[in-house]
Amino acid sequence: MKNHNHAPSCKQMLGNLSEFIDGDLQAELCSEIEEHLKNCKNCRIVVDTLKKTVELYEKCASEETNLPNDVRERLFKKLALDDLKKHQESS
Amino acid sequence: MNQEKSTVQIDKLKSGDEESFAMLVDETSGKIYRTLLQILGNEQDAEDILQETYLKAYRAIPEFENRSGLYTWLHRIALNEALMQIRIRKPQIVSIDDNEPFSDDLDIEQKDIVDFCCLPEGELLSKESRHFLDQAVQTLPESLRIVFVMRDIEGLSTQETADALQISENNVKIRLMRARMILRKKLSAYFNKFFIEEKEL
Ligand SMILES: [Zn+2]
Repeated sequence: MKNHNHAPSCKQMLGNLSEFIDGDLQAELCSEIEEHLKNCKNCRIVVDTLKKTVELYEKCASEETNLPNDVRERLFKKLALDDLKKHQESS
Repeated sequence: MNQEKSTVQIDKLKSGDEESFAMLVDETSGKIYRTLLQILGNEQDAEDILQETYLKAYRAIPEFENRSGLYTWLHRIALNEALMQIRIRKPQIVSIDDNEPFSDDLDIEQKDIVDFCCLPEGELLSKESRHFLDQAVQTLPESLRIVFVMRDIEGLSTQETADALQISENNVKIRLMRARMILRKKLSAYFNKFFIEEKEL
């Protein structure tokens, strides 16, 4: 059991931040980080922007997107569905 | 991750109905192609694997059991095909359990401290920013990129990712951490320009 109270240094924490933002970090380490963040603005910014980074990618990933036309054309041809596609487009 | 709001009827699909399959392709192929581009890093490979994915799916659909949902099932096929392709291309990438010493991914200097969270959504997700987000993923070393795409883009769990790549869960966590930290740093440098522009006004 660790008994000391001093917060980890900035660099010591960084390796744990990824799990920290996922909420997967063990409670003890978690509270050490929270303690550090209270007094360290730079690390707060790192945590916030790390979260934001993941969030931005998740947001982009959740959005619908269409296949480029030429790629779609060749895919339908490969699947032998191209007749069907023409039929759909003309109807 | 993948909302199951498909309008395709599964029983029609399973009976081999081509029109239903064409609908399924149109509903799902955009996202799958995007993931394949991110994981494979080039258009030709992404297109080849896209075709392979749907050929496989078309053959396997009669045996499809609706346990995980159609979207998830398709994404799994695509990921497996992509990983196979990567193993053929560079066998060492997905098989080695890496214990690389930390490079400078974790060094943070004052210039890497940019509080871009406060920027408006419109700037964070502008067309130009999105392009930068995609580019940034492409600059990651492949071993980190694959883990990042599987975990944060495709939404697989740590364990699922570890199983698919045959590496330890701890390795998945380390690679994901490094990937995220590198991307955060790149985004800080990129979004910093908005703050400089502001100061110049
Ligand atoms: Zn700190």
